[in-house]
Amino acid sequence: MTTLNMAFPAISAAFLGALVEAVEAVTIVLAVATVRGWRSAGIGALAGLGALALLVLILGPLLERVPLRPLQLVIGVLLLLFGMRWLHKAILRAVGIIPLHDEQIIFERQSALLRDPAHRPARLDRIAALASFKAVLLEGLEVVFIVLAVGASHGLLGAATLGALAACLLIIAIAWAVRRPLARLPENTLKFAVGILLSAFGVFWTGEGLGVAWPGDDFAIPGIAALFLLVALATIEFVRRPGMRARW
Amino acid sequence: MVKVLARLLRELAGLFVDDGLLAIFVLGSVAAAAVASLLSGLWGGCVLLAGSLWALSVSVIGRARAESSGEHLGRFRQRLQGGR
Repeated sequence: MTTLNMAFPAISAAFLGALVEAVEAVTIVLAVATVRGWRSAGIGALAGLGALALLVLILGPLLERVPLRPLQLVIGVLLLLFGMRWLHKAILRAVGIIPLHDEQIIFERQSALLRDPAHRPARLDRIAALASFKAVLLEGLEVVFIVLAVGASHGLLGAATLGALAACLLIIAIAWAVRRPLARLPENTLKFAVGILLSAFGVFWTGEGLGVAWPGDDFAIPGIAALFLLVALATIEFVRRPGMRARW
Repeated sequence: MVKVLARLLRELAGLFVDDGLLAIFVLGSVAAAAVASLLSGLWGGCVLLAGSLWALSVSVIGRARAESSGEHLGRFRQRLQGGR
């Protein structure tokens, strides 16, 4: 039976991961809807959700036929790559090597692009619909991947889905209430935290797939996450040291 | 059609690989862990964890170093151009 102790890391990882993706998708849909109207943006977003549901329906049953260990290994390695990519970027943003991922800038850029009269068809606004479709499909795929990765290999698919669904509903509710870009959420901090969680899950499952018996089983995950946090913070401090960068 | 598929695959790969060096280090750590786990499961776990942490640190420091040397080169070029 799934206990709350087992389900909590999966729920929180899926919630945080989905939160970031939902913020990105909703920002783009909001920008499109504000400039080109809700009809085309809504149709695009709904089509994106439909395509996503189709993919999940096709891929979902296949997962049950795959043996657990290879599944853990494949998902673990993909999750490790995915999480490390986020963490790597979040650290580079934290030290100022790449600019912060500002939702306000994305919103304004998307709005300016769509205001261009050269892109204004009469009936269904294809650009608006496509922009929404692409945003929902791509960000949604990332959410599906997070849910599968966090939940599939330990029978916690339901818990992870609940976490992701809660995050998506929360962001949609916030977006509906404020109808403004979600720039005030500290996105990089969120990505840093999600990167650490996903990387920790990735190491854990890759290890399980390789036959590693982690001390404390699932309770090793917070320990692995703590180590990632320590190394990430130490790396930030190291790169920030003025003496270090001046010497290069 | 082929172009669309190629773009789709590129975008899909982009979900997992952004920095090639980081991806190579991570996959290298997994391969090393697979070999180490033949000796003992715990050794495999240690190699995987240490390798992943090392990969993260080294790729960030390497990127910072590359950016920094690029900045130095830019300033050097500016100084050269100013001197003319």
